[in-house]
Amino acid sequence: MSPVASNPPQPGSTHSSVIRNFCIVAHIDHGKSTLADRMLQSTKVVTPREMQNQFLDNMDIERERGITIKSQAVRMPWQVGNEDYILNMIDTPGHVDFAYEVSRSLAACEGAILLVDAAQGIEAQTLANLYMAMEHDLEIIPVLNKIDLPAAEPERYALEISNLIGIDPDDVLKVSGKTGEGVEELLDRVVRDVPAPSGDAEAPARAMIFDSIYDTYRGVITYVRMVDGKLEPRQGIQMMATGSTYELQESGIYSPDAIPSKGLGVGEVGYLITGVKDVAESKVGDTVTSKKQPAEAPIGGYREPQPMVFSGLYPIDGSDYPALREALEKLQLNDAALSYEPETSVALGFGFRVGFLGLLHLEIVRERLEREYNLDLISTAPNVIYNVTTEDGTVVRVTNPSEFPEGKITEVDEPMAMATVIVPSEFIGSVMELSQNKRGQLSGMDYLSEERVEIRYWIPLAEIVFDYFDLLKSRTKGYASLNWHRDGSQIADLVKVDILLQGDAVDAFSAITHRDHAYSYGVKMTSKLKELIPRQQFEVPIQAAIGSRIIARENIRAIRKDVLSKCYGGDISRKRKLLEKQKEGKKRMKMVGTVEVPQEAFIAALSTDTDT
Amino acid sequence: MLPDFVAAAVNGSDRTFSLYVHVPFCSSRCGYCDFNTYISPDLGPGASHESYADSAIKELEFAADAMEKSGVAAKPLHSVFFGGGTPTLLQATDLTRILQRAEQLFGIEDAAEITTEANPDSLSLDAVQRLADGGFNRISMGMQSSVSHVLQVLERTHNPDNVEIAAGWIRDSGLEMSLDLIFGTPGESIADWKRSLDAVLTLEPDHVSAYGLIVEDGTKLAAQIRRGVYPNTDPDDQADKYLLTERRLAAAGYRWYEISNWAYDPHDEGIHQSQHNLAYWRDQDWWGIGPGAHSHMAGLRWWNAKHPAAYASRVLANKSPAIGHEIPDSDARLLEKIMLGVRLAEGLDIEELAAQNKEAAALVQREAKVLGAQELIESSALENGKIVPTLKGRLLDDAITRRLAGF
Ligand SMILES: Nc1nc2c(ncn2[C@@H]2O[C@H](COP(=O)(O)OP(=O)(O)O)[C@@H](O)[C@H]2O)c(=O)[nH]1
Ligand SMILES: C[S@@+](CC[C@H](N)C(=O)[O-])C[C@H]1O[C@@H](n2cnc3c(N)ncnc32)[C@H](O)[C@@H]1O
Ligand code: SF4
Ligand SMILES: [Mg+2]
Repeated sequence: MSPVASNPPQPGSTHSSVIRNFCIVAHIDHGKSTLADRMLQSTKVVTPREMQNQFLDNMDIERERGITIKSQAVRMPWQVGNEDYILNMIDTPGHVDFAYEVSRSLAACEGAILLVDAAQGIEAQTLANLYMAMEHDLEIIPVLNKIDLPAAEPERYALEISNLIGIDPDDVLKVSGKTGEGVEELLDRVVRDVPAPSGDAEAPARAMIFDSIYDTYRGVITYVRMVDGKLEPRQGIQMMATGSTYELQESGIYSPDAIPSKGLGVGEVGYLITGVKDVAESKVGDTVTSKKQPAEAPIGGYREPQPMVFSGLYPIDGSDYPALREALEKLQLNDAALSYEPETSVALGFGFRVGFLGLLHLEIVRERLEREYNLDLISTAPNVIYNVTTEDGTVVRVTNPSEFPEGKITEVDEPMAMATVIVPSEFIGSVMELSQNKRGQLSGMDYLSEERVEIRYWIPLAEIVFDYFDLLKSRTKGYASLNWHRDGSQIADLVKVDILLQGDAVDAFSAITHRDHAYSYGVKMTSKLKELIPRQQFEVPIQAAIGSRIIARENIRAIRKDVLSKCYGGDISRKRKLLEKQKEGKKRMKMVGTVEVPQEAFIAALSTDTDT
Repeated sequence: MLPDFVAAAVNGSDRTFSLYVHVPFCSSRCGYCDFNTYISPDLGPGASHESYADSAIKELEFAADAMEKSGVAAKPLHSVFFGGGTPTLLQATDLTRILQRAEQLFGIEDAAEITTEANPDSLSLDAVQRLADGGFNRISMGMQSSVSHVLQVLERTHNPDNVEIAAGWIRDSGLEMSLDLIFGTPGESIADWKRSLDAVLTLEPDHVSAYGLIVEDGTKLAAQIRRGVYPNTDPDDQADKYLLTERRLAAAGYRWYEISNWAYDPHDEGIHQSQHNLAYWRDQDWWGIGPGAHSHMAGLRWWNAKHPAAYASRVLANKSPAIGHEIPDSDARLLEKIMLGVRLAEGLDIEELAAQNKEAAALVQREAKVLGAQELIESSALENGKIVPTLKGRLLDDAITRRLAGF
């Protein structure tokens, strides 16, 4: 009865005709991790007792947020008829910030399960990943999940899917990751429909890196898909993009724990340990080949990681600066997309300008720094990369408002994105209003069904990075889903707005905005700061300015009363302790010129709130 | 037992010795009040309206004994102050009994100021006369305001008429009278405050204390403000009212001698200033009797168990009611000295400070120049080696303290 392989083929000597490499494409919370768990159980790769829910998400933050950041691959044996097969399930990151990583994972597969929540239907993220899977020519196996839910409408959403990819609604499999219903049929379908890897077993070795992680004990662990040939431990290997060479110390597969193997053969998915110390030397998308017998050309599609969002990270306690540097160094071992360089701010002191793939990436890094490294941080408003042309024709790359050139400017080029929003059709108006307000241009609209519509906007990346998604959520009662990818650039009328305290610009508060939004930014910041900065012994003007032109101003009036008088009887200590507390409070003040600004004011002023 | 350094510093010195007696009872709790006071008339043995005087007397005896055993020479009391709570919730004879026992134990200076606090609606002509007969020579009455809606927000139990009548009894009994006021209560207009000041002046007190309302954590008022029942207090409003107070009182012959205190002294003779309060600000010695009372002798500070029942059980078991003490280190002593001195019209004496700490005095000299230029302290006084806040400086007195203390 059990279709589990009794005597499965071993890694390194598995014929590619019995290998099936696939991934699961799903919107967040549609049940990818749960389904993966169920597959591990059905194939007896883990026993129910070993089952820790959501086996594949293994970082704390991922577990908490329920999103997969780092992908992994698991080898599962499965029998159909009398034939033993090897299924390699590659878990892909689920967030747009990691689109490139997703594309490399997809490139390691021949098939993809399109997993859709039977109570929710298709969402923007599903679409984006589905299109990407189709671009990679993957065999798509459509699956509706959570059919055990009373609210499930499998018929309705099967129709939505069939409209989308042009198949018979009856071909959409219906499963429940929770009860396990339909999971074995799904595994059979994978064997039947996903093509076996094609590749030349005799050709020089080529392995595509689709992920690499840093392990404290083993150094860097590189995940690869063997495209051609074979790799074996103790042979010399070479990374084709970086050119660096190593000795292969170990190869193996995960099932689900690491099992060393005699090698990895064509079509197989597994890991390599090379003694590389830093993930930056084992780059996602790079090709591993044999040092002795190198391949002629690398596998296509390699790209350097490209940070798109920049933010300044500063320790609240200046003496934590070395600790912050150390923490960033450590994080970078495991995150090749993270880049940083030292930066100083007059207002915030010593810190780093850090480049991220997107806002989620920023948030994750920030959270890990605070949680795993116990650092209290201030982060400045996120910034994209602008190319600013000055009058004399030089082009300045600006990742920080302080780099924005002074003086006359001929043009500013800003990065754009294509945003895909899926919403119930009643919200079309709100989405359009918001997107227009955020300088988006409508580029298309399609009805997925009568009630749901896909809207596409060409929109400045800076707006997406700032608060577009939060606003989108709040204006659509949480129904909207968003996906985006970088898409060209445009010339725009952008200016730098400075915020001045007592006439001195506070670098941490400067921002690059569209001229039409400069005024509202200025008003918002000046009034926020007026609330946040305590009154001083003198009047403090707060101004917003474009160059030398003041566009908004507020005044913090001088404090007139700063004395506590009450009859405390003989309790002199109480009054003294109040003063001693003020002395402590002083230490959390930053001096901006002669103005005392509490740390909290920086944090609050720099936090993006969407209540406006 | 007191540590040895106390006897060494006190004996033969010109440090004065005062007595504070805390009475931890009120008939109801005012919304703004966070003093150590209780509504229940009976909190246990030795802690009821009837039995409290005996507990206080036991602590007095304990104090005299401890001082003697520690070799601290007895000094007649320079001032005595009964505060609360509402001391006048006890029988007048209980208050005078305590006072008489103190006199037996320590003696009392001839011109000593002997005060009790009183709530306007807790007095009677009979009680006032008994207090006068029993040795009290001053009553400090909690008037707070003469405007009904302000008294309501403060949740005072008295009405404006109570104040007028009680003031008559105090006068007729030949006692000096001080009035406590609060300004800046939510809903109090400038005109309201003027009316209160006018009412004060018609009562012709010898002394006035006027405090800007402080919204203390944990009080009912704080909760009401948080919930939006009342607007929060406004520091600018309090500043305006303080200036108004100074102007009105000064014009009527009152002189400020501490930030919140004015003495009727039209000819600048230094009269009517509260000797007891000055003892605190001048860093003199005092013994605080009663639950939660604080004491100070020559740099040693200690305080009693806060709850009356806990206090009484200790005292009745012949144990010290003190539950904590500190000997502020030199930095803390310095901060205290500055903080107390700059509140006074007589000012902070830089030479005295130099005796305590030369470097700190030098810093004070330097910072004083800046403060003088900002017109926060009197330049003329500075020439005589004193730091005295100007009118503007009185409103920024904590900022002056921080500056002089170097932070
Ligand atoms: N009722 C039901 N709930 C499911 C099913 N699959 C997943 N869930 C729940 O849906 C939520 C999201 O699942 P998860 O696997 O973390 O989704 P992922 O974000 O796509 O990895 C979790 O609360 C799961 O328990 C299912 O088949 N039926
Ligand atoms: C020890 S208290 C109470 C004396 C007496 N029970 C009474 O209320 O009349 C002395 C004075 O402190 C002032 N006071 C009490 N609480 C205050 C507060 N929260 N803010 C400002 N002044 C206060 C009042 O003027 C009060 O009269
Ligand atoms: S009467 Fe005085 S001590 Fe009693 S609660 Fe009111 S303010 Fe406080
Ligand atoms: Mg997941």
